[in-house]
Amino acid sequence: MAHFTKATSVKDWLNQRLAIEKVEKVMASEYWIPKNINFLWAMGMVLVITFVLLLVSGIFLLMYYQPSVGMAFDSVNYTIMREVGFGWLWRHVHGVAASVVFLIIYIHMFTGIYYGSYKKGREMIWISGMLLFIAFSTEAFSGYMLPWGQMSYWAGMVITNLFSGGSLHADGLVEWIRGDYVPAQAFLTRFFMLHVLLVPIAIMGLIGLHFAALRIPHVNNQDGDEIDFEAESKKYLDGDKAGSKVMRFANDFMSKDMMVVGVYLVFFFYLVFYNYGFAMDPVNFDPADGLKTPAHIYPEWYFLWSYEILRPFNIDLGLALFGFAQVIFVFLPFLDRSPNSVPASRRGAFKYWFWGMLIVMIVLTAMGKLPPEGMFSTIGLVAAIIFIAMWIALPIITSLEKKL
Amino acid sequence: MESNSRRGFMGKAFGAVAAVGAVGSLVAMKSSWDPLPSVKAAGFTTLDMSTYEENELITEKWRGKPIFVLKKTAAMVASQTDAQKERDVVVDGMHFMLAIGLCTHLGCIPAYKGEKDGFLCACHGGQFDWAGAVTKVPPPRGFDIPPFKIDGNKLVLGEAGPEYTKMKETGITL
Ligand code: FES
Repeated sequence: MAHFTKATSVKDWLNQRLAIEKVEKVMASEYWIPKNINFLWAMGMVLVITFVLLLVSGIFLLMYYQPSVGMAFDSVNYTIMREVGFGWLWRHVHGVAASVVFLIIYIHMFTGIYYGSYKKGREMIWISGMLLFIAFSTEAFSGYMLPWGQMSYWAGMVITNLFSGGSLHADGLVEWIRGDYVPAQAFLTRFFMLHVLLVPIAIMGLIGLHFAALRIPHVNNQDGDEIDFEAESKKYLDGDKAGSKVMRFANDFMSKDMMVVGVYLVFFFYLVFYNYGFAMDPVNFDPADGLKTPAHIYPEWYFLWSYEILRPFNIDLGLALFGFAQVIFVFLPFLDRSPNSVPASRRGAFKYWFWGMLIVMIVLTAMGKLPPEGMFSTIGLVAAIIFIAMWIALPIITSLEKKL
Repeated sequence: MESNSRRGFMGKAFGAVAAVGAVGSLVAMKSSWDPLPSVKAAGFTTLDMSTYEENELITEKWRGKPIFVLKKTAAMVASQTDAQKERDVVVDGMHFMLAIGLCTHLGCIPAYKGEKDGFLCACHGGQFDWAGAVTKVPPPRGFDIPPFKIDGNKLVLGEAGPEYTKMKETGITL
């Protein structure tokens, strides 16, 4: 550029310095979205909104929270809940959002799996999404520690012990992570740092990557149509809005997204005001006690399925399978050997695989919550084995699938 | 050409300086996360072993960890197998089970259900007998025994006496 003219308006003044018109085109008015997508595609926007809710409520909690083992519990349960004006609101928003965000992530993920949105040039969207899932898991876990209740303490104990690697017995590593022999002050303060600084930065970076990965191959659609975005967008710009298969992100498509977001927010604030309890474990309303384990230890609902995979086996096998379950989803684009990126309902055995996987994960989740005894142990064991077997079978059944 | 190779050299020189700096800062970062000296230093606990009741599990605290102390009854001692005997800590003629009360699976505290049922870990269903050996997986081994030194009828935790060293050598504890 470097050639400036006298500005005719504020927008023009900014445009000469920040190229806002170009940015607007790239980000919104000429960002093309296929028309044939349903409300499930709005989950991305719902997640963005939920993340903002987490961020804002988190900032308000941060101002009164005390990251010290002696004061953390009271700063949350007394200061924030009773003294700070509307402190309870921030806490309930934060707690509910932390739980609901995983529900939406799972819906988002399974939508992607169902419609094959991880294939053919869209692998990076999937991979960056799974990295986001891992980052969110870390964020959730580190945040769970902060109220320093019984569940916080013992979840911290159990999860950091995973890093001893079973028979490797890497106690040094575990003590290094904790900064102490047991979860204590050093542990609380460093998880506080992770929760409010390092992991959020990583999440924001990954959200940027996730969007960038989406911008180039474009979003998939309900029929798995291969759309020529260039030709279709030209049609649209030339005036044939009805004939074009695509539309602008803003404001055309956004209005639909915002409709879904509106419905979601009503549901969300219903939970915040009337049903926040589901996101708060009663055990965590007892202050942390290193000399007493609660009768049952279980993670939040969104980690139950992988927790259950850990449980029925001996420590080394359990850890190995747990690790397998954590990372295997990342490799989905490469394990699915079929070139078809159409809805699962129009594919071969993959259709059954999809619903089977969903059911197995629900069963694992349910068993993870129940005490590890008798019948439940057995069901959990069987479900865990089926889960593993299904992943091993995936490349085989998908390579047998014929090209549509 | 000449300026190119000069640039190449500068690039490599910068790379070398940056690499040294990066390695150095990694070392610093690693050490910053190590347990503090004050944390490591705090950590000797002395127990008076003559105060315990038979077959009553007492939980002491050492380095923030729960320590199980169980004084065995004469019947328990008489019924012990050789393997169980080896895990005993004998102070002044009294037999004790002494153990770090954390499940060797993932570190929950198992509950003592009495002589018959031993210890039950609620987290993933592990079980131990009253001598501290595993009777049901997932825990990979029996309770760990903390370093101890016998001093009359006192026990100093955190210091390795000959009895403890022997247990370690024979692989009874890690
Ligand atoms: S922590 Fe005891 S069985 Fe897992």
